[in-house]
Amino acid sequence: MLEVKNLRKRYGAIEAVRGISFTAQKGEILGVLGPNGAGKSTTMRMITGFLPPTEGTAVIADFDIVEQPIEAKRQIGYLPENAPLYAEMTVFGFLDFVAGIRGYRGAERRRRIESAIERCRLETVRHQPIETLSKGYRQRVCFAQAVLHDPLLLVMDEPTDGLDPNQKFVVREMIRSMAAEKAILISTHILEEVEAVCTRAIIIDAGHIVAEGTPADLKARHPSGRLDEVFRMLTQGTAEQVTAHR
Amino acid sequence: MKLCSANTWEIFKRELRAYFESPVAYVFLIFYLMLIMFLTFFVSRFYEANQADLKYFFFWFPWVNLLLVPAATMRLWAEERRTGTIELLLTFPVTLTEALAGKFFAAWAFMSLATLLTFPIVITTAWLGDPDGGAVVGGYLGAILLAGAYVAVGILTSTTTRNQVIGFVLAFVVCLFLALAGWPPVTDIVNRWAPSWLVNAVASLSVMPHYESLQRGVIDLRDVVYYASVMVLALFGAYLVIENRKSA
Repeated sequence: MLEVKNLRKRYGAIEAVRGISFTAQKGEILGVLGPNGAGKSTTMRMITGFLPPTEGTAVIADFDIVEQPIEAKRQIGYLPENAPLYAEMTVFGFLDFVAGIRGYRGAERRRRIESAIERCRLETVRHQPIETLSKGYRQRVCFAQAVLHDPLLLVMDEPTDGLDPNQKFVVREMIRSMAAEKAILISTHILEEVEAVCTRAIIIDAGHIVAEGTPADLKARHPSGRLDEVFRMLTQGTAEQVTAHR
Repeated sequence: MKLCSANTWEIFKRELRAYFESPVAYVFLIFYLMLIMFLTFFVSRFYEANQADLKYFFFWFPWVNLLLVPAATMRLWAEERRTGTIELLLTFPVTLTEALAGKFFAAWAFMSLATLLTFPIVITTAWLGDPDGGAVVGGYLGAILLAGAYVAVGILTSTTTRNQVIGFVLAFVVCLFLALAGWPPVTDIVNRWAPSWLVNAVASLSVMPHYESLQRGVIDLRDVVYYASVMVLALFGAYLVIENRKSA
């Protein structure tokens, strides 16, 4: 479903991503862990076609994001960091725009919007301007635009960042409910998230993959058997080097 | 490169609606009309000229647009950058050309609406006298093309920053150059010390000579080509800026 091949990104003298390769299959929820500034967001942005890679590529359901960006982007649903949205639009107006951009017309367009509203539990706020919504609802609106076209690959950059425990629970439920028919990529620095939803995880540090495996495999790497200890062991001391990744 | 695809149309509709979703659009339109009327009637003393001639009215478009077109375009890309929606927009299955074209046509349509809403002046003049119909058509065509050129410049400067105010000021400065470089009161002064070939070369970049010939009711293909070139060049510049600086 997703094959990431030796992705690299260089910003002048700084190399934010230094050759990352991995795959994700249908039914998998792959967690991408790493300290802030490790290159998670940059990797996500290259996979979704926002940033051009300096080297390497990502193939999504047979479409190469560099060679066939439009076809590849049709297969991807993307929830960027901080859930950016057009704040002045209503929830319905925004999803209607996204449905149009995704090529739906007429009754199918309507059906897609209604289904996304239902799946993301946005019924009560459908006619509200997005700027009046709470952070949890905004996250769900952005989630709704990402799943409206039922993509094969769902990419989420820190989907539960800044949410309260109830909102986190709702978002994780939504992620799990969609896992069966998609490959899902979640970047996070929240370790409990990995144990809560991911079937497999990779740990990135300073632009490299430093570990890969199921949450249980990763935990076994440290005598304490705790994921945060493993994380600290693998990524300590290098976190601040590449924070200036713009 | 498809300019007028379904995606361009979707983005066009969204942007046009975005203008009217806030009260700013209405304030903008009213201010635009009041400013044009004020300048025409009180500064140019339209009535005292005692002629049913609209040249005093069309004279003001390059100057009013100088202030108001950058205000209408400054949001278009700067806001996408500031809020991060650029990351959504450019990961949708749309090309950058489609996104740019949608935004450009939306802003141009909005400015064309503002321009055409000045029609009561034309009706009044036609009622009082007998203005030259060709000059009215040419005048409006010129004003709309001029607005299009300014809009393209405004979009270019808006792509360079995440700060709307900077986008506005840069657009104002570039458009001011485009206006003054070929405006006779300025070129006459510069002509006293600069070689005339240089003055003419710089003046040929200006919107003014092209605007003035259209105002006389002469619809010359060269003037239309000039405006189209300014639009294409500025939008191409915007394309390059975004392509090279996605996350700024």
